[in-house]
Amino acid sequence: MELPVYQADSAHTTRYLFFTGKGGVGKTSLSCATALKLAEAGKRVLLVSTDPASNLDEVLEAKLTNKPASIAGAPKLDAMNINPVEAAAAYRERLIGPMRGLLPEAALRSMEEQLSGSCTVEIAAFDEFSGLIGNPDAAKDYDHIIFDTAPTGHTLRLMSLAKAWDQFLDNNTSGASCLGPLAGLEKQRAIYEGTVKTLADASATTLMLVSRPQLAALREAERTSKELRALGVSNQRLIINGLFETKCPADITSQAMLWRSRAALESAKEFISSLPSFVVPLRPINILGLGGLRVLLDGDGAADSAPKRMSAWTPPDMDNLETLVADIERQGNGVIMTMGKGGVGKTTVAAAIAVMLARRGHAVHLSTTDPAAHVAQTLAGQVAGLTLCKIDPVAETSAYQDEVMRAQGATMDKAGRALLEEDLRSPCTEEIAVFRAFAREVAQGKDRFVVLDTAPTGHTLLLLDASEAYNRELQRQTRSLQPESVMRLLERLRDPAFTRILLVTLPEATPVHEAAALQEDLRRAHIEPFAWVINQSLLHSGSCDPLLQRREEAEHRYLGEVVEKLSTRTAWLPWQPEEPIGPEALARLAESNLGPSIVTRNARV
Amino acid sequence: MKTVQVYDPPMCCSTGLCGNDIDPALVSFAALLTELSQKSVKVERYNMGQQPTAFVENPTVKALLHKENMDALPLILLDGAVYLKGRYPTDAERAAFSHAVLGESQGL
Repeated sequence: MELPVYQADSAHTTRYLFFTGKGGVGKTSLSCATALKLAEAGKRVLLVSTDPASNLDEVLEAKLTNKPASIAGAPKLDAMNINPVEAAAAYRERLIGPMRGLLPEAALRSMEEQLSGSCTVEIAAFDEFSGLIGNPDAAKDYDHIIFDTAPTGHTLRLMSLAKAWDQFLDNNTSGASCLGPLAGLEKQRAIYEGTVKTLADASATTLMLVSRPQLAALREAERTSKELRALGVSNQRLIINGLFETKCPADITSQAMLWRSRAALESAKEFISSLPSFVVPLRPINILGLGGLRVLLDGDGAADSAPKRMSAWTPPDMDNLETLVADIERQGNGVIMTMGKGGVGKTTVAAAIAVMLARRGHAVHLSTTDPAAHVAQTLAGQVAGLTLCKIDPVAETSAYQDEVMRAQGATMDKAGRALLEEDLRSPCTEEIAVFRAFAREVAQGKDRFVVLDTAPTGHTLLLLDASEAYNRELQRQTRSLQPESVMRLLERLRDPAFTRILLVTLPEATPVHEAAALQEDLRRAHIEPFAWVINQSLLHSGSCDPLLQRREEAEHRYLGEVVEKLSTRTAWLPWQPEEPIGPEALARLAESNLGPSIVTRNARV
Repeated sequence: MKTVQVYDPPMCCSTGLCGNDIDPALVSFAALLTELSQKSVKVERYNMGQQPTAFVENPTVKALLHKENMDALPLILLDGAVYLKGRYPTDAERAAFSHAVLGESQGL
């Protein structure tokens, strides 16, 4: 399949650009590179991040705030960082601040807790960026406004409720609708309507679906494409980032990489040909700084193809995964959670650990929350002692709705049941349902091993945060019907003899730094990670491809950083020529050793 | 025309569903309020998490909050006077409540 190379060309670029995609596909790099290119072509560009785990600072090498700031070295480019968690805090303060001194302390605390859920965070983020889109005067000095995230279908659906919302606000004395955190934002109604309209206007807005040449990422892009198209966001493009073309096809690593990406594109060809699609070639370096961003779109000329003389470097001491598992199994039971940036292989690592523990004779429960996960599904019925569970938000929500209706609806009159049913359709229900499922899975670690691959970073943190808020709330409540699993969740997560958290990363700048930030957040919540796992390392791959050689050399710095500065113990996993699917391949992965630092160059197949 | 004012503690929904827990008495009461509002009763409902100003503006509510803190909520006023405090009407009490609101001649 021959696809054109992505060019950020102002003549064909709408005023608003949204980059979306699975974690780790390069949304931030591509949105920055596009913004820089347009700015260097003479346009005034504003770059906005609304990702709670934004790495815009790192990519642009600048300290950003929630106000547009100019970027040194790119005179026509401004950038800003909207942190939705902070935006939610500001929103809370707008409501609570004026009440200080007027309402008693207990009332203020209670308001604060109620306004700490993830619904509030989502709405607050939308509120912030609506200010830039829905209001025609805002950001009027810019030719292009580029976002490194896109609103989710969930947010858009919520906002498209404008009609129901109008009605509610007009008679809100009866309080018959569950608008939750939206109600505090009623004055911005016109701006929201403007935002929803602009998003659906093909001449104003382009949705850039970013993917890697990997099946899971392409499937996610396809899902997002369909979902947002159904909501009217129809001007869409697909960018496949990091397409590899080898200069040295004889070696096993480059051959496998080439074959894998071709196979992924082949299986997704129907989707790819259904919209304008582009590729960005894999680059040899980490995309950091303005120089790196220029390389991402334009390449590095000769440097890409010159063979590389590898410098002598001794890797630091790292375990293999099996060694970690041997240590974990001594406890006999408990929870193992893999956390990290999207796309680093949390599900693969979780599955490998589950297989190893089961093979050592333990009862193991592997539970995945990643909707795109297929690694776990391939283990069904394959390993004795291993059970599988997928936390599916839709199924969990529907089960929770049924449970509530059965337990509570029975004693109500017809009108009460109708009202309850209506409120059960609110987005908060899903949050609660998934949270309870998570708590339930963790509780199973009492008498066996439970291995969980958590949802992407931001969501995971919200879950932990929510568990803290829930805990406070529950301690006060006497009339609680919550299951024991929910009540004891945070306590279990904090117990190092019960829960072991593995921070998974790739040996690259952004995943390492996001995992480091996650480690800090966990420590603030009094949770100490057990170990780090470096996944998909090209170290000692022996590739003769100059691009892969450069990428291998670029790893040195990050391997060193993890082992020497960030972790107390580290496991190392090599990049696998075949995707590690099925129990045998996962066990092989876990048993892989770094081995002696002798490299055979130009190994032929 | 009678006026019913309900001052709820901070909650996400009118049924309290998005809290940690569901109170069946609250759900049925919320449904009853909807019905009453369709029968020429003025129903005003305030959620502390969304309309905190309302709690400060009503002197009765404000005074009770300062005296009894959150135990005063939920608070139900009928024509400005406290009808029920600290809880929602039970199944048995709801009939009496609608009676009080709609008057002798009309049941629900």
